Amino acid sequence: MDLFEYQARDLFEKHGVPVLQGRIADTPEEAEAAATAIGGTVVVKAQVKTGGRGKAGGVKVAHSPAEARQKAEEILGLDIKGHVVKRLMIAEGAKIAQEFYFSVLLDRSNRTFLSLCSVEGGMEIEQLAVERPDALAKIPVSAVTGIDKAMAMEIAKAGRFPEELIDSVSDVILKLYEVFVKEDATLVEVNPLVLTEDGQILALDGKITLDENADFRHERDDMERDALDPLETKAKAMDLNYVKLDGEVGIIGNGAGLVMSTLDVVAYAGEANGGVKPANFLDIGGGASAEVMAAGLDVILNDPQVKSVFVNVFGGITACDAVANGIVGALNTLGARASKPLVVRLDGNNVEEGRTILKEFNHPLVALADTMDGGANTAAELANG
Amino acid sequence: MAIFLNSDSKIIVQGMTGAEGMKHTQRMLAGGSNIVGGVNPRKAGETVEVEGKSLPVFGTVAEAMSATGANVSVIFVPPAFARQAIVEAIDAEIPLAVAITEGIPVHDSASAWAYNVEKGLKTRLIGPNCPGIISPGESNAGITPWNITGKGPIGLVSKSGTLTYQMMFELRDIGFTTGIGIGGDPVIGTTHIDALEAFENDPETKAIVLIGEIGGDSEEKAAEYISKHVTKPVVAYVAGFTAPEGKTMGHAGAIVSGSAGTAQGKKEAFEAVGVKVGKTPSETATLMRDIIANL
Repeated sequence: MDLFEYQARDLFEKHGVPVLQGRIADTPEEAEAAATAIGGTVVVKAQVKTGGRGKAGGVKVAHSPAEARQKAEEILGLDIKGHVVKRLMIAEGAKIAQEFYFSVLLDRSNRTFLSLCSVEGGMEIEQLAVERPDALAKIPVSAVTGIDKAMAMEIAKAGRFPEELIDSVSDVILKLYEVFVKEDATLVEVNPLVLTEDGQILALDGKITLDENADFRHERDDMERDALDPLETKAKAMDLNYVKLDGEVGIIGNGAGLVMSTLDVVAYAGEANGGVKPANFLDIGGGASAEVMAAGLDVILNDPQVKSVFVNVFGGITACDAVANGIVGALNTLGARASKPLVVRLDGNNVEEGRTILKEFNHPLVALADTMDGGANTAAELANG
Repeated sequence: MAIFLNSDSKIIVQGMTGAEGMKHTQRMLAGGSNIVGGVNPRKAGETVEVEGKSLPVFGTVAEAMSATGANVSVIFVPPAFARQAIVEAIDAEIPLAVAITEGIPVHDSASAWAYNVEKGLKTRLIGPNCPGIISPGESNAGITPWNITGKGPIGLVSKSGTLTYQMMFELRDIGFTTGIGIGGDPVIGTTHIDALEAFENDPETKAIVLIGEIGGDSEEKAAEYISKHVTKPVVAYVAGFTAPEGKTMGHAGAIVSGSAGTAQGKKEAFEAVGVKVGKTPSETATLMRDIIANL
């Protein structure tokens, strides 16, 4: 989960990383009040999870509370690369002498942590990595021993910080690493890390990505999350692994890999059927129980864009007869709400018994498919019809 | 000859007395796996009757190993305690630890892996978030339905559980030496490359199916490895062509970030080194049939 800038700022502050004052504002009035409370020059910043906010007019300086209100009016509601601005952070102004870069992240490819550091900050890091690769230090960090003071100093030196800044910068690096570990982050990035005219090191703008698998050991319930599609909200409440997409063929399958594969096969089938596409990702889990099947069908049939549904289940641990009984149970539960054609492909253990159960059930909307590819074709045809 | 797991494997189950652990201990026993005991510090000294067999429960992996000669551990411990369970298996230097648990925080799997490296990699870790490993007709350490396929000449390595089952089922008339589900998490123990290397060195494996999915660069690295070190025929399948950028598709590791980790990029990496990539799982199975027919 990627955090908003203000959430990153708050986590920095919690762990003692030096930051400027920042207050959130959802209206021009709140922006004015926040600017009054902070005093002096402030920066009004759009809270959207995308780069290039400045260029898009989402970051503006205000020299008075009245001006902060006016800038807030201009920024709220802006569409920045598809993200509509609903919230602002009013940040204390700073006199910046120099801009730097630091990040620590999960290096998936090498199964370790990695810190990136450069005395040359202020530009996009991808650009720096391409244009001035020598200026960007990449130091692997052991997930067992982590970053201590000596290593933090080494990182700052490798990033070519001048001698007189090594001590203060390495202190900030230590605290940023604490954020990374204690908050279960997969990315903590500060760009820019700045030196102010009065000699302070500050984290001016930050990006944090948190690992949702670690939610159970953190207090994250009240944290602002990305607005979900209403169907995603419903699915989440039912504990379903659902992602809304923009096509017409509803998909239910078991196991993440098989469902991803089903989406692909439906998209191929759609190429010959008016360009219909998968409407969603929905994994009901390896076990494919009847209750979860009913909940999943309920969510998908509530999607007004869906014209047909492809149920693609491999009966492994839960054999196909149990899956078929689940589908029968789900359709009985849903009754008239099951209003769209359902193509069912079962494969795996007890496949014949499973197919017999569905044949005998003889539901007018249910069609059986022999293969995954054939089922995808039928579902695409039905969605195109 | 199977890889990593065979009929001589003696298996213990960490978390055997929990609901998932018990259910799958029964299934593994029914499928002929040689389960010799379980580990649960709170139930040490007890005995559990499973499938007509009395299984002793030990306090630690080390105790279980010295009492039973176990050389494989299957881990069903819940996410919050999984890191400690894996570290315990590494400390005991058990040759193979298979972590089935889904939902382990990535800091935990990263630190468990770093610990394994620090200890000299005496334990082969498979997973986490995986179906485990099965050598049909010999042994099954994990949750793969044991009767899905028989013994044969194909080696399989996959990030996905159900796609593994699907592929094994489609090719069940030919059969497999070993199938390994390496797991869908960002940090895992055994990689595609580790399995490729072992299959290449296994005289009974004649051809290899590799299944990948979006996220990370394991498939790209595997393609490079195949071009340099694998002489046996390999066919590949990659899932997730239609996955939108920035959305996690079920598996914690299945995410396209910017232009990195796309299915298209992975497919091109395989094709660039002459590995055929099936458009669908069935087409992939057909490609493998052709290879086996022409051996």
